[in-house]
Amino acid sequence: MPALSILIWLPLACGLLGALVPVRDRRFPGALAFLGSLAALGLSIGYLADFKSATASLQHVTDVVWISELGIHYKLGIDGLNVFLLVLTTLLFAAATLASNLRTSKEAALSDDDPVKDGSSERVQPERPRLFYFHFMLAESAVLGAFLAQDLALFVAFFDLMLIPFYFLIGGWGREPGRVKATIKLVIYTLAGSLLMLAAAIATGVLASQQGGGHITFVLSSLQAMPLSRGSQEWIFLFFAAAFLVKMPAFPLHGWMPDGYRAMPIEVLMVFSGVLSKVGAYGFLRIVLPLYPQAAAHFQILMLLIGLASIVYGSVVAFTQTDARLIVGYSSVAQMGFITLGIFALNPQGAQGALLQMTNHGLVVAAILFIVALLARRAGGSEDVREMGGIAFRAPVLASLFLIVALATLAMPGSSNFVGEFLILLGVFKTKLAISVIAFAGVVMASVYALRMFIRAMHNRTGAHVDSREISLLDSVVLVPLVAVILFLALYPQLALHRSERSIRVAVARAQVANNPPNLRTASLRLQRPGGTLSEGRAVAVAEGYVGK
Amino acid sequence: MSPRMLTLATTHLKGPHIDFAGLSPLIALLGGAVVVLLFGLLGSRWVRAQLVPALSLVTLATALGLTIWQWNEQKSIVAGALRIDSLSLTLNLILIAGGACTVLLAWRSLAAREAAHGEFHALLLTSIGGMTLLAAAQNTVVLFVGLELLSIPLYVLCATEMKREHSLESGLKYLIMGSIGSATLLYGLAMIYGATGATDFSAIAGALSTGSLATDPLTLTGIALCVVGLSFKASVAPFHQWTPDVYEGAPTPVTAFMAVATKVAALGVFLRFFDVALIDAQASWGPAVAVLATITILVGNVGALGQSSLKRMLAYSSVAQAGYMLAGVVVATKLGVQATVFYLAVYVMMNMAAFAVIVARERETDLGDSVAAMRGLGRERPWLAWPMTISMLALAGIPATAGFVGKFYLIDAAVAGEYTWLGVVIVVGSMISLGYYLPVIAAMWMGSAASEAETRGPSAAQRPPGGTLPALAGGSPELDGEAAAAESVPATTGVQPEVAFVAILAGAATIFFGIIPEPLFNLVRGVGNALGLF
Repeated sequence: MPALSILIWLPLACGLLGALVPVRDRRFPGALAFLGSLAALGLSIGYLADFKSATASLQHVTDVVWISELGIHYKLGIDGLNVFLLVLTTLLFAAATLASNLRTSKEAALSDDDPVKDGSSERVQPERPRLFYFHFMLAESAVLGAFLAQDLALFVAFFDLMLIPFYFLIGGWGREPGRVKATIKLVIYTLAGSLLMLAAAIATGVLASQQGGGHITFVLSSLQAMPLSRGSQEWIFLFFAAAFLVKMPAFPLHGWMPDGYRAMPIEVLMVFSGVLSKVGAYGFLRIVLPLYPQAAAHFQILMLLIGLASIVYGSVVAFTQTDARLIVGYSSVAQMGFITLGIFALNPQGAQGALLQMTNHGLVVAAILFIVALLARRAGGSEDVREMGGIAFRAPVLASLFLIVALATLAMPGSSNFVGEFLILLGVFKTKLAISVIAFAGVVMASVYALRMFIRAMHNRTGAHVDSREISLLDSVVLVPLVAVILFLALYPQLALHRSERSIRVAVARAQVANNPPNLRTASLRLQRPGGTLSEGRAVAVAEGYVGK
Repeated sequence: MSPRMLTLATTHLKGPHIDFAGLSPLIALLGGAVVVLLFGLLGSRWVRAQLVPALSLVTLATALGLTIWQWNEQKSIVAGALRIDSLSLTLNLILIAGGACTVLLAWRSLAAREAAHGEFHALLLTSIGGMTLLAAAQNTVVLFVGLELLSIPLYVLCATEMKREHSLESGLKYLIMGSIGSATLLYGLAMIYGATGATDFSAIAGALSTGSLATDPLTLTGIALCVVGLSFKASVAPFHQWTPDVYEGAPTPVTAFMAVATKVAALGVFLRFFDVALIDAQASWGPAVAVLATITILVGNVGALGQSSLKRMLAYSSVAQAGYMLAGVVVATKLGVQATVFYLAVYVMMNMAAFAVIVARERETDLGDSVAAMRGLGRERPWLAWPMTISMLALAGIPATAGFVGKFYLIDAAVAGEYTWLGVVIVVGSMISLGYYLPVIAAMWMGSAASEAETRGPSAAQRPPGGTLPALAGGSPELDGEAAAAESVPATTGVQPEVAFVAILAGAATIFFGIIPEPLFNLVRGVGNALGLF
């Protein structure tokens, strides 16, 4: 397989070429961007096929010194934690670029005979396409970089960088009213977290090297070998948690979300909601749990409560909203709450469920947002579910696709989301029973808002401005692959679980040990002891074996 | 006069050995200033408007060449008054780069024209000379001479747009506040002399390292007064109040020069004086300066919020940036010195890009330096909008720009120097700073169609075929003629090429060193050794 750098920088190269090469055709930058994202998708699928699930160590490692003075390496690598997120990222970016491209060409074809177009609040064709696709591809490169980075400073750099193209995309191509205000709010919210993380990351590198006595380094594997004192871990943990929770977003740090969701162009929202929120959750698994295990154990209850609050708050608000985007937005808050729960169950089941759920949620949310855009086009441009209704009559295929996605959202048994949520709840159940019991209520509430949205939009009385049409061939080119992947994962979640298992165990091991310190010494005893369950004892033993190494 | 006294006089008159090679950059700058001044007296308009700035550039290039020639030297010259080492040479390099950008920005400016070109550029070169002197100062007397040599020309430069009240006000204000700063500093230096009995940095350091002198009240008062005096120059809060008014009132190229070069010189002297001469009293001044840095960061960033004048905004931002850089001074480690100098180099790039764009827009529209002048720039002039965007992002510390690496380095130094909380203050400051940097970007790229039409309307109407700004040529008949002659060439092309050149060069450098910072690290690597002198 080619080097990972190619995967990261290929989209940006295509974006740059599209912006700089003087071709008169307005469709050129978009087409080039789509080709780039498609190639990236192909590459990431190649990495997935090439993935060796028998090991927890990094694969396809690229490691060069970037800034020797500061000990920053340009280190990239794939393991079970990021291999699926890579595919998810490239898939959603390819779908979003395609969606944006298709609307462009569709607009060129249907000039006057499309009555819905005028009422549509979407910008049908991105103005200044060169700039639009440049920023879009820069975003893809930055997100891929954040997922692949194996150096703390590099991760922080990519994490901060990925916000900038979104700032331009939302501010420049977003929807009125208030796109600029929404953008500035979003960026300040998220960058505030990121900057705290910057200070925390630098402190990690410096303090670890001072305690370890070595030269300063930010490479994750080296940092893991030089654990910080508990006191430093705790404030550093809080800084990182702030950055990641804002990004996800989790209650009560979701203040940017409603305005941001309303302002974003739909393609941008697809990737923003589908991928960017996952970077935060991924950061917990990649960085926080391995590097600050004692702090993670210390703040476990706090984080679980934040997760729980997000679930309850997100779900409750989701079924009071009428704006379809905000229903999706608040449901994301709830879903990210589940993921937080899974991660801070601090055991492999929970974390694995969280990781699976990240992929699931990314797929589902992108599909559902695209469907919202399709529905809005059929409902006179309104994204209000009260003005939709009755769309299913003339659009059975669209309705069934929507139903599949809606059922996946509410984690219907049989869907991959069910497996994810089940694992998460299982993990939490083992550590904090009460919290998992309350979290079960979130599963029920999910079915309320998902079905309510589906029924309001597709059934019921036909809305006043509704002009139902079947999904067009071009639109289904975007939607059907997404739904197909959702179905595939529903049938075969083991694909993801199997590949992530070992990496997850390693990632969680230290925090798990820190969470149950007595088990460290008695783990082997507990294996035989009738009281300790076998799986728990085994997990700890594995953990201990890892730590002992 | 008795023969004995005569012999005494002659032995005393024997001057110190002067190393002309070491002094050569300074000689080139001051000599160039004289030559430029003389050429400015010639009658030909072409000579004054074109040759004089060109000669200034040649002077700067010569000084640059001589600096590079001296690159690996480590020596004290002129009886230990000046120190030629990598700290002073690196700062020279940064100063000369900043000066060259200023000359380019001022090439066709009203300020240079009103100050009769020759005088403007001669003052500029003298000021740069003072800065290089300051960067190399190794003696409190030289320090003071350098500071005055840099300040006095600047007072005049601020007031060079003689027909504009704000410019005069700015010059006067700067003169008064600067004098207070100088007087305070002088008083502090005198007290340090009184306590230690030395004016030489090495002798001061030696005196402080022995006995209890480092905690002596006289020394501490002296140090405190020095901190205050230098804080005036570096616009460190709460001694920054002059900064916004002076920056706003001064002609924009001069503002750019002040923002960039003065800060480099002032922080250079902070590094030399505090991290070398007063290093043994660090326990006393370190926490105090750290608190000053914190106040500076907060005051600067909060003050910049909501400013509608870009120059005022950048003035407050420069206050904040001075606070960031003080963090490198406070820790008094090799890493801290390197980080500060690194950030200074980056700071010059970021600010020059922004000021060049402001200069270009000032000449193009009648909106002056208000944020409104940036509206719709992304669509109209992407080649100006990108440098401005990069500059704002870099000042805010976004990755892939040199500003990120610089801030990273500073926080790194702060944490390693056990001032972790100061590192956190820096990031909190950066967070606040987003609140004023991002709206500028928004104005450039995200202005709604209506407001764009508004700004484009008058600016297009204001641009008669002959000259950009008719209002500016409303002075004396002599100036009228000169203005028409000077302005007739560039006006039709819109943005003047040398201004665009500065903007694009600085913007490109900001990105380049953000992605490949290694050359800059190599530049500052030796700088930390200046600490190990004594």
